[in-house]
Formats: sequence, structure tokens, C-alpha cells
Amino acid sequence: MSLSLDLRHDGPPLDFRADLPRGRITALLGPSGSGKTSILRAIAGLLPVREARITLESEHWDGAGVRLPTRARSIGLVSQHYALFPHLSALGNVEMSLTHLPAAERRARALEVLALAHVGGLEHRRPHELSGGQKQRVALARAIARAPRVLLLDEPFSAVDRSTRKRLYLELRRLHEQLRNTVLLVTHDLDEAAQLADHLCLVRHGRLLQAGPAADVLNRPRSVSAARLLDIPNVFEGRLTREAGDERLLHWGPHRLRVAALDPALPDGLLRWAVLPSNVLLAHADRAWNSDLENAVHARVLEVVELGGEAVVRVQPAGLADAPLQLRLPTRAIRRHAVSRDADVTLCLRSADIVPLCDDAAP
Amino acid sequence: MDATAIALSARLAGVTLLVLLPLAVLLGRWLAVTRTRFKPWIEGLLALPLVLPPTVVGYYLLVAMGNQSALGRLFEALVGHALAFSFGGLVFASVLVNIPFAVQPVQRAFESIAPDLREAAQCCGLTRWQALWRIELPLAWPGLLSAAVLTFAHTLGEFGVVLMVGGNIPGETQTVAISIYDRTQSFDHASAGAMAALLLVISLVTMAVSYGLVERLMRRRRSA
Repeated sequence: MSLSLDLRHDGPPLDFRADLPRGRITALLGPSGSGKTSILRAIAGLLPVREARITLESEHWDGAGVRLPTRARSIGLVSQHYALFPHLSALGNVEMSLTHLPAAERRARALEVLALAHVGGLEHRRPHELSGGQKQRVALARAIARAPRVLLLDEPFSAVDRSTRKRLYLELRRLHEQLRNTVLLVTHDLDEAAQLADHLCLVRHGRLLQAGPAADVLNRPRSVSAARLLDIPNVFEGRLTREAGDERLLHWGPHRLRVAALDPALPDGLLRWAVLPSNVLLAHADRAWNSDLENAVHARVLEVVELGGEAVVRVQPAGLADAPLQLRLPTRAIRRHAVSRDADVTLCLRSADIVPLCDDAAP
Repeated sequence: MDATAIALSARLAGVTLLVLLPLAVLLGRWLAVTRTRFKPWIEGLLALPLVLPPTVVGYYLLVAMGNQSALGRLFEALVGHALAFSFGGLVFASVLVNIPFAVQPVQRAFESIAPDLREAAQCCGLTRWQALWRIELPLAWPGLLSAAVLTFAHTLGEFGVVLMVGGNIPGETQTVAISIYDRTQSFDHASAGAMAALLLVISLVTMAVSYGLVERLMRRRRSA
């Protein structure tokens, strides 16, 4: 682990412990006001925190009687509105972060990183002569110019249009392939986090809800709050039992779901669980009911909304009036299965895709 | 025209500016970022010369400079003559009286710098002095220009306090404003009129030029 954090603060409230892996892009994902930016500012040394322990490998930045000033931390920061110095050209902005180098080297290095950030040729433009995407690239060039070990990105894509954002995602990933530094990306955009991050930290009310490799966190939220943060609509309540032969069943209304993949240590009783809309499978209509289908559930279609090449389908599982289930399917699957409003469908909830959720109070 | 008085006023304005501007930069920068709860009191104290009658300010300054006070005695011991009724005393009074004219525009200019620019400067590895010199001062310079022009013009025209602490000694403390008063009292209207017109023109030109520069700069800044 590379960057280790333990932060406690009162205003804004923080009680955050996490380790960010070295050389990876970690996204700090949380709603507005969840303390993400405060965490980033604390790492940069811009927010004095009541109790802080920040170490980059063996180097103490905060804690144990040490408090390194911002300029002594090996960081680069791209803030939400880029904070480019308006009186300086793009080149001047980048050179400002290279004052430790002799003037001649400074110029060469600044031109090099501007080219790396795809803004070569714009070096003499002032910030007001640059587009949003160009400003973002200049800010990124300025942030990486000192070859920082930690790159902090505070919602850096929020002020650019969608097509520019997609391009910038690509450029950031490419740049990261080259630089391989530890990146912390603060965002409230789930898609952005999913596309860019290798590692994901979910934050709410200044606390870490869940952390881990991005694919794990996105597919297996650990708590109801994490599921909500990940925008997973299918969160339900069931009752877990242990049957003969140690088989475990999840009773969900009239449905009995086999949950062999569940952690055997989970106690019997009330269980909150989730299933991702993309993991709910639609069975062929001509397939024999309940033959070899894993956890087949009969349901009626409430609504079909097509969004681009994808359709969001809301269904009501049989015997569960208050638990609408959402599926995401490719539009062609909708056509093939003739899924329409009021149609009866058979769904499959695979045991491996049933995600148990703990209560929010538990870590 | 009283060339000696005009030269003295120009010298007084120049020296006041030299002393006051660095002080105003430090004080204005500090006031722009400080979170001390005494800030309103400090700002109030610094603004006092704006609201107090010049005679009141002049009276207290005269008391402070007299040989009854520690400051007056120290100055006399160091320099060999009293601070009151001397050019040094005039500079001292002028600096104090001009504090609000210099500090307030500088403070507003520093306040208008977005906090994320200051933070960006730190993240670029700049020391506080480097950040002040390379980032904040270039951004705050319309405020500094306003402060300099206001201080200079105000010192040229200052009358009450100068009369109280400096008296009316030609070549030493008789500024152009006092000379105009003197000439008017002695019915030398031609000379008084010429100097008044000169003061009017200088003040108008410096103010207009500075407003124009600041406006142009702010327009450029806004489009940034």
C-alpha cells in the first residue's frame, strides 16, 4: 500500500481510514457534502485536520508530531475549476510549478509536459483564451510537471462537456499508463469512477463505507448505503434459513432462492440483499418452468424504458407487490423475448449474483 | 506659485508612499486572509482617519510626538530635534492618516483573489514569499495602483493634520495646501489660484489615469 490515511475532524466531519494502492487510480466516490474534497485537501495539507495520520510509504506527511507544509508534499493537484493563474500563459502556469529547476531546464520540462497533456502549441495562450478541455489539460500538465508521487484530482471533469470528458478520460488513462503514479480522483459520478478507477473508496458522511478493487466494489456492495451510493435499485429483504443437508435458502415472499454461494458464516434470520439490474437474467419463454433454471422467479412487466441500446425493465415478481425489480437488458433482448408492458416473464437470479448487505452501522 | 511648497508636497507624498505601500501590502494581505475575531476592531481602528476630524487626529499625533511622550523623546534622542513641526513628523502623520487610503484598496484586491489560486500556488511548491511575489502581487496590482494614487493625491491635498503637526514653516512643513491657505489669507489670489488649479489638474489626471488602468485590467481579468 502506498498512501495511508487516518483522518478525524469535526467541521466538516471526518472519520476516515483507508490505504490507497501505489501506482493505481483510486476513485473517492460519494455524494455532495460527503467529505471527499476535504479528504483530498487534507492529503494536500490544505485542510488542517484535528487528528491526521498521512504516510506515503515510509514518509510521514501528517501525524506523530509532523506536519509537512503543502509545498513539501510530493503532490500535484487539479481542482474543479483548474485554478490556473490568470496572469500567466499556459507555459507560465506550468513553469510556476518548476521553480526548483534552473530557468533553461524549466522551459524544456514545461514544454515537454504540455505536449504530454496534448496542449503543445498552446503554450503562449492565457487561461481566458483556452477552452474548458484545454484548461483542464494545462492544469493537468502543471500538476504532473514536478513528477509528483501522488496526483490529486478534485472532480476535474465536472466543468467540461460530455464529449470532451470522454476524450479526457482516455487521455488520463494513457497518461497514467506512462506515469504510473498514485492517483486519487474525487468524483460523485459513478460512471466516471467505474471507467477510470482501478480501486474504489465509497464515502458517506466523512466515513469510508467500502473500499476495494473497482470491479469488486461495483458488483458487490457491502451495505445498504453502499448499494444506494452505487445506484443499485434492487435492494430487498428476505429471511435466510438453513435446510437439511446444510443447504441455505433465502425466502423472498413466496420465492425460495438457493444461495449456495453465500458466506456460510452469515447467520440465519432477516437478510437484506441486492442484485444488480445487469445481473438479473431473462429466461426463454419456451423454457420449461423451473426445470434447470437457477432460482427462477415468475414476474409481470410493469414498465419498459429504452435508453439508447439498452432498456430498463421494471417487473413485479409474483406475490411481491411492494418489491419491484429492475433489469437492464440490451434492446435486442427485449425484441427477442417480446418483453412489453403486462407481459409475463421468467427471471433467473443466480446464487452468485445475490449480494448480502450488512446494516449500515457495521463497518 | 510657491515652487518650494509644491516640491515639499511632492516629496512628502513620495516618501509617504514609499513608507506606506509595503506596509499596506503586508497589512492588507493579512487582513484579507486572517480569521481573527478582532478583525472588525482592527479594521475600524485603521479606518479612523476617514471619520475623525483632521484636527482630532492632528491633536493626538501632536501629543504623541511631543517631548512628553516616549516616541517624541526617543526621536529627539536619536535625531537631535523634535518630531513635531519637522518634515519627519509630517511624514509620520501623513503615513498614519493615509493608512485607510492605502490599506483598504490593497485588502480588497487580495480578497478578490480566489482561494484556490493561493492553494494552487502552494501545490506548485511555491513558498509564501514566492506566492506573494509571483502570484498574488501581479493579481492584486490594480488594488496597489489605486492605493498608491489615492495616497499620493490625498497627501498632496492634506491640510488639517499637516497644519496641526507641522505648522507652517516654509521649506520644512509648508505644503502646497497650506501655502494656498496662506496666500489666500494674504489676498495673493493669483498665486493661490495657480496652485489650486495645479493641484486640481494633478489630482484629476492621476485619478482618471488610475481608474482607467484599473478598469482595463479588471475587464481583462473578467474575460479570463
